[in-house]
Amino acid sequence: MRILEAIFLVFINPLFYKITLTAATPLIFASLGGVYSEITGVVNIALEGIMLLGAFTSVLFTWLTGNVWIGVFMAVISGLALAWLHAWGSIKWAGNQVVLGTALILIAQGVTGFLMEPIFGKPGQTDFVGKVEELRIPGLADIPFIGKVFGELSPFVYMAFAAVAFSWWLIYKTRLGLRMRSVGENPEAADTLGINVYGIRYFGVLMSGVWAGLAGAYLSVGEVGHFRELMSGGRGFIALAAMILGNYNPVGAMLASLLFGASSAFANQMQSSSLIHVSATVKPLFDMIPFVLTIIVVAGFVGKSHVPKADGVPYEKEA
Amino acid sequence: MYAVEMVNIVKKFPGVLANDHVTIRVKKGEIHAIVGENGAGKSTLMNQLYGLYHPDEGEIFINGEKVTIRGPKDAIKNGIGMVHQHFMLVDTLTVAENVVLGSEPVKGLNFDMKKARQDVKDLSEKYGLFVDVDAKIEDIPVGMQQRVEIIKTLYRGANIIILDEPTAVLTPQEVEELFEIMRKLKDSGKTILFISHKLHEVMEISDRITVMRLGKVTGELETSKTNPKEIARHMVGREVVLRVTKEPHEPKEVVFEIKDLVVKDNRGLTAVNGISFNVRKGEIVGIAGVAGNGQTELVEAITGLRKIESGNIYFEGKDVTGFNPKQLRELGMAHIPEDRLKHGLIKEFEAYYNVILGQHYKYPFSNGTFLYHDNIFNYTKDLMEEFDVRPRKIDHLGGNFSGGNQQKLVVGREIKTNPKFLVVAQPTRGLDVGAIEFIHKQILKMRSLDAGILLISMELEEIFSLSDRILVMYEGEIMGEVKPEETTIEEVGLMMTGHRFEEVRRG
Amino acid sequence: MNKKFMAILVPVVSVLIALAISTIIIILIGKNPIDAYGALIKGSFGSKQAIADTVIKTTPLILTGLAVGFGFRAGVFNIGAEGQMVMGALIAATFASNFGFLPPLIAIPLTILIAMSVGAGYAAIAGFLKAKTGAHEVVTTIMLNWIATYFASYMVTGPLKVGSGTPKSPEIADSAQLPILMKVGAIEMSAGIIIAIIAAIFMYILLNKTTTGYEIKAVGFNPYAAEYGGISVSKNIVLAMAISGALAGLAGATELMGVHHRFLGELSGGKGFDGISIALIGQNNPIGIIFAAFLIGALRTGSNEMQFIGVPKHMVMIIQGIVIFLVAADRIVRTIMIRKRVEK
Repeated sequence: MRILEAIFLVFINPLFYKITLTAATPLIFASLGGVYSEITGVVNIALEGIMLLGAFTSVLFTWLTGNVWIGVFMAVISGLALAWLHAWGSIKWAGNQVVLGTALILIAQGVTGFLMEPIFGKPGQTDFVGKVEELRIPGLADIPFIGKVFGELSPFVYMAFAAVAFSWWLIYKTRLGLRMRSVGENPEAADTLGINVYGIRYFGVLMSGVWAGLAGAYLSVGEVGHFRELMSGGRGFIALAAMILGNYNPVGAMLASLLFGASSAFANQMQSSSLIHVSATVKPLFDMIPFVLTIIVVAGFVGKSHVPKADGVPYEKEA
Repeated sequence: MYAVEMVNIVKKFPGVLANDHVTIRVKKGEIHAIVGENGAGKSTLMNQLYGLYHPDEGEIFINGEKVTIRGPKDAIKNGIGMVHQHFMLVDTLTVAENVVLGSEPVKGLNFDMKKARQDVKDLSEKYGLFVDVDAKIEDIPVGMQQRVEIIKTLYRGANIIILDEPTAVLTPQEVEELFEIMRKLKDSGKTILFISHKLHEVMEISDRITVMRLGKVTGELETSKTNPKEIARHMVGREVVLRVTKEPHEPKEVVFEIKDLVVKDNRGLTAVNGISFNVRKGEIVGIAGVAGNGQTELVEAITGLRKIESGNIYFEGKDVTGFNPKQLRELGMAHIPEDRLKHGLIKEFEAYYNVILGQHYKYPFSNGTFLYHDNIFNYTKDLMEEFDVRPRKIDHLGGNFSGGNQQKLVVGREIKTNPKFLVVAQPTRGLDVGAIEFIHKQILKMRSLDAGILLISMELEEIFSLSDRILVMYEGEIMGEVKPEETTIEEVGLMMTGHRFEEVRRG
Repeated sequence: MNKKFMAILVPVVSVLIALAISTIIIILIGKNPIDAYGALIKGSFGSKQAIADTVIKTTPLILTGLAVGFGFRAGVFNIGAEGQMVMGALIAATFASNFGFLPPLIAIPLTILIAMSVGAGYAAIAGFLKAKTGAHEVVTTIMLNWIATYFASYMVTGPLKVGSGTPKSPEIADSAQLPILMKVGAIEMSAGIIIAIIAAIFMYILLNKTTTGYEIKAVGFNPYAAEYGGISVSKNIVLAMAISGALAGLAGATELMGVHHRFLGELSGGKGFDGISIALIGQNNPIGIIFAAFLIGALRTGSNEMQFIGVPKHMVMIIQGIVIFLVAADRIVRTIMIRKRVEK
């Protein structure tokens, strides 16, 4: 009974909803990245690596310039760079997209770990370099309950929702979006109509670099203000699961990200619940929850969502 | 004045000279047929006109002006449109979206869906091409998909329209409708290039004909001054027997039977709707029908590759409903699949591994645990000899054989199991006349050896020349059963469009 | 160009390109690449101890390389070797600490069997989900890796915890430890390397000489044709994942029984991920995998020495990443080679 009570208390606590939003934010960005890449037909499991590199770069440039927004901007640039490598290998050279993604994750982990000592003088974790301030909305912040959830949030949270709206418009309401969807379904058909299949795919993959780079920036300068080795911690893959669950649609991916965010928030709040005593040794079991949930979701929904038909298949023109 | 002139076109692919100094001249406002066997280089030639391939040598003139066509964009700019054999449509988009794709109307930053729909409606009315503008491609029938393809070319202002084997997927009645559309387009001044290997269609619709064989032009003919025999001679380079001879053969007892079979397709819709029939030993039962009327699902259900919703399957009187492919093979069923690259062959396996597929776990190929490679190699050598598979290299990879030789490997593998019942689906799709003749003879040989044979084919001529009985399938149901010598192509054609045998005979 | 020749050339050239790029990186951080590579070679081959150490590091890498390579041959991408190795070693450690009453002749095979079965079972989850629901094994095995990591961390900080300091499990019984093959100074080289080579031979025979291998390859190349030929696709996907997982579990066993003698957090230490690059460099061929594992083992061993002169050992990860990238997009290397030929 104490457990039920603890669960109930979590759900009526505004903090639970706030943590849901903040935990979902990097997932929303990264799963949007997945959507852009995969609807044009390129599987991008490198999201995990792009996030990690973005987190590192934003800390690096915040530390160098003292301006977090320059850090965030550079995270986007680094995301573009890694995504470009993915696009180059998988579009131009028709490589195996899953294996290329794995390579890029390894390169991102290697590069970020490698540069820790030469730049920051110590391995593992950097010092605090500064972070993006939370945005307090006067008035809203004073409303009971709602104020505690929405009143004071990182601007990244709002940016994430704006990015979803923008992406939905771009993909479903513009000429470019129509072409993106056609290229991921039937690149040959698009090609016979004079659409530049490679160009559109490059665009999709590069945009995934922008969004995943932002996701990474949020992890470091957006949330904690420092960089830690391997701090993306599998969230790039959870974002992929959110994309699948969201049926390759920006709004769906956002809703799925919120679900995953809620599961982390729940695990987090239960651990600190004063009603049930959770010992430190059990903590890893709570940390498992999002990953178990991801498996269930992927196994339960993968057959039900419409995968773009040409997803993962390199497009090769004949001579 | 020529609308299209392609002069001395040479196109090489690794190991193949696809077009060898081909010259073709098409007059403005005519329907010009390009005929030839599969592999004669017709599609390659047209793909160069549409900019999908680039000629290694030669020149192209459009309306007398020399042009370079680097890609479809240039082709479209020159007023050329192409309807490909495999439709180039995006299944998840609507008809209107598919038509305008690549030349979309915009309003500010947004894609102008309203204008797209209106433009498509206008074109559809102007040329009598009925389509449902808001339907998704995956939900509309093949005939309508073809009309969408034609509208696509018109939307881009095409004056020269290439139709690559447009009748392959249509019923005889739909073919008539298509010809009606083609005449209408011709009357409004369009030039049409019509690729086909069906001679009676060419005779009916075209004004002039260019015949190709093995990458070369072998004849330029006026339709009104020629006949099918002459065209055929240009096509194959010798006099051709248009039908194999079939010896009479008395069928024996029933080997295979299905009762009230219901099967669903991949989307969960009923594809086979309560079919019953039987096949006797020493008999060929043909199933005619337009592609996509449940034949694929029927074959897959019979051979254990697809789940059966209800109904029963009997093999030599024994209920084998729900048996898996292995169990069915054990009983003496063999299967020449419609898609040899999907089901029939493993491209990455050597010939010797391909020819034991399905029997690999049995003696003499293995003892159940270890493979007996010596036996496998010898068996492969014999099979390649017997079925004339070239090149005669047992370690050649499956994917590296030509289509005809791949099919011979598959046919040989299945026939050499000495089946009591053989399911044959689209056995000659994409093959040349020589290979077709060989495979037809093999099927008839199995019949004379008293195997029961179920033949599924889109080629009505194949059905007519091989079958003892013909069943016509439409939307998952059998419209009627006829004997080839007691019916006509027209009668079967009517049944293929959903008229039951009784209605057809009543007239 | 000859196919077999290319199969060797592509990974070799990829490694050379990766080394060239890392040379540039080393120069960029202001170190002397000759010193760095000198340290690397000294660290991996400079002394008897160094060589023994390289062999010890190579042992689990052969096994994870075989695990991933076997998966590739069967058409599945097992990124989960890491988690399967962790789970295999963890559960085997739990049992083997109580095997004092058993003679080595029983305790050793039994411990190996436990590790392999657990690895197989853990991998089979992903195989089962792929076969039944179509869930991509890359996503599920990565999730299973995290679950294994957290579960192991729970076990060694909780139920299995012994002593203070680094969380670790109790030592396994002496009788469950692998015999020592060679002792060089303080370094003990166990019989693990022999087990790894036997596993490579086993994989070769299984893939090339048996009906099981035939069926697994058929499913990997073309599941539709395999099903048509009476081969059960779902059974073989699960089986392939299980065999792959068993090999990863075996890697956990050799580390547990031959090196650490107990479970601790760094036991797997990314060796499952190394298996991916090893399988790709070795072109999924058992002999190629042995060589590739030796290469990566040497890099890993030598990188510690390199770290002393100020080149972080993450360099090896970068090299591996570049090699995987180039082998995956092998046309890059092929094109370079063909251009070179044309120039000549």
